[in-house]
Amino acid sequence: MIECKHIFKTYENDGIKTEVLKDVSFKINSGEFVAIMGPSGSGKSTLMHILGALDNPSGGEYILDGQDVSKLTDDELAGIRNSKIGFVFQAFNLLPRATVIRNVALPLVYSEKSKDERERIAKEALLQAGLDESRFYHLSNQLSGGQMQRVAIARSLVNDPAILLADEPTGNLDSQTGDIVLGTFQKLNALGRTIILITHEQYVAEHADRIILIKDGKILSDQENRDKRII
Amino acid sequence: MKIKDLFEESYSALTSNKVRSSLTILGIIIGIGSVIAMVSIGQGAQGSIESRIQSIGSNLIIVMPGIQREFGGASSGRGSAQTLTQEDADAIKSQITSAKAVAPELSRRFQVTAKGTNTNTQIVGTTASYPDVRNLSMEKGVFISDAQVRSSAKVAVLGPNTRDDLFGSGADPIGQAVRINKVEFKVIGVTKAKGGSGFTNQDDMIFVPLSTSEHYLVGGDYVTTVSVQAKDANSMSTVQQQITDLLLQRHRIANPQLADFNVMNQADIVATASGVTNTFTMLLASIAGISLIVGGIGIMNMMLTTVTERTREIGLRKAIGATKSDINAQFLTEAVMLTFLGGFLGIILGWLLSILASRFTGISAKISPTSIFLAFGVSAAIGLVFGYYPARRAAKLNPIEALRFE
Ligand SMILES: Nc1ncnc2c1ncn2[C@@H]1O[C@H](COP(=O)(O)OP(=O)(O)O)[C@@H](O)[C@H]1O
Ligand SMILES: [Mg+2]
Repeated sequence: MIECKHIFKTYENDGIKTEVLKDVSFKINSGEFVAIMGPSGSGKSTLMHILGALDNPSGGEYILDGQDVSKLTDDELAGIRNSKIGFVFQAFNLLPRATVIRNVALPLVYSEKSKDERERIAKEALLQAGLDESRFYHLSNQLSGGQMQRVAIARSLVNDPAILLADEPTGNLDSQTGDIVLGTFQKLNALGRTIILITHEQYVAEHADRIILIKDGKILSDQENRDKRII
Repeated sequence: MKIKDLFEESYSALTSNKVRSSLTILGIIIGIGSVIAMVSIGQGAQGSIESRIQSIGSNLIIVMPGIQREFGGASSGRGSAQTLTQEDADAIKSQITSAKAVAPELSRRFQVTAKGTNTNTQIVGTTASYPDVRNLSMEKGVFISDAQVRSSAKVAVLGPNTRDDLFGSGADPIGQAVRINKVEFKVIGVTKAKGGSGFTNQDDMIFVPLSTSEHYLVGGDYVTTVSVQAKDANSMSTVQQQITDLLLQRHRIANPQLADFNVMNQADIVATASGVTNTFTMLLASIAGISLIVGGIGIMNMMLTTVTERTREIGLRKAIGATKSDINAQFLTEAVMLTFLGGFLGIILGWLLSILASRFTGISAKISPTSIFLAFGVSAAIGLVFGYYPARRAAKLNPIEALRFE
């Protein structure tokens, strides 16, 4: 379902080459809940950008849903992001002066769904992400952090993506609301959603079924999480 | 992305910062408004100048003394060349068959007094054919007759404004005396008002027999203008050519370039005057156009600020599937929406300005559908031109860097 084969990523600034990812290979099957864990600067976000079709690897192959994504054009990558990938960011990235519904429905604008359909799908996604119905027409900047992240999760769901990528989703939240968000991911995973959770915290990673440990751009270990924390 | 959604996204982006959007639009409003106003006032001025020139006569050819000079320059007798004579006028009348009527004029400004009032006005010495040639009709009394011209009678016909100045508004001055340059004249008529101002104002003149002006006022047998009326519009250029040939021959000048007179037909005068107003209109409109460009730069400035401020939003939009052209289209649409709205309000402003101008100047300024059409076109074009660079910058943003932007 997702397969990384010998992924390399090198940045070049002013002639200085930085090798961020060095021969990363793994496979993630449909319906898995995987945490990618590693210290800050280890290359997690860089990996997520490649998995999320925001960037091309410098070497290797990335196969998503049977398609080699590593050599697609910008517009083709935009199409992949729209239809197959849902992003959840640490900083939520909601449109500040727009309603919750409009924020959630935004990806559907780019997949050319009708307005009624957008609203219907957005509401469904918001209920799945666990946001109270009374908040649907609030402006997004009137919400608490936990609520904002649930809106962002709902937004990542509306195009029914093959994988959900979350980069430090609890990084801006206190531990209590962080747990609620992690619980939301577990619930979505139980409904069959494939989830890749990126974090530098052991505690957060322990909510997943499998933990890939990354350091200095290399995979250190890739193991099943036997002591999964259930919320 | 659907067109409808494109407009919705752009609309909500613009309304989320209403103050800035309105201030930016203001530049376009002023630009479009002043262009519209300038063009319509210019066109109105052109229209009224043309109709004024038409009103001085029909199928008119005007012969003036001197080297090539602009129309209007010869209206003052003093100091201008004295190369045209009454005999020239008579020769035109007798030898050019297509000339229906000929009216020589000897004009100069004089001090005029009447029972305690006085004024300074144009005294036109002319003949009985003047009213025909110059489309003049009488309000009261009669115009100068051929007999009075022959006998150098001291009679005067007043223009209505001159009558108002000397005898009071609407008074009947027939039979009263006026003193022109200290010579007493008897008023025999008042011409009907034609409306007008400036150098062709026939309402502020006194007409006297040509011979009288020669003997008692100007002193000399030259004339300042000969007005000739052609039989019809078709014979205008023939008559003009014939007059030129005749006068060259009479003045013994071989080279037409050296002619000591100037023959103009009414169409030329209209064209010259239109040309002048046209140039003037263009000048005003281009000054206004500069403000439009400044408005456009304002749009660009705002759009660049917006793109920087919304870098994260752009990154997010790209992350959730917006293509380069989606982003490009959205920011271009925002710019064009601003300028289009500015254009619409600018047309209203221009319209109000030209109504005000009409009220205060008497020029009937009208806004043509063409200029409205053009204003919309121009404002959309300004949006596209000045929105292009900011939109391209937005579209080219790298989503990863944009999302990381603080
Ligand atoms: N555009 C870039 N140019 C150069 N180096 C980069 C760039 N992006 C990331 N890096 C470097 O790559 C390394 C990994 O970064 P990142 O993937 O963001 O780490 P993590 O998310 O695990 O903290 C860091 O050392 C960072 O400085
Ligand atoms: Mg990171």
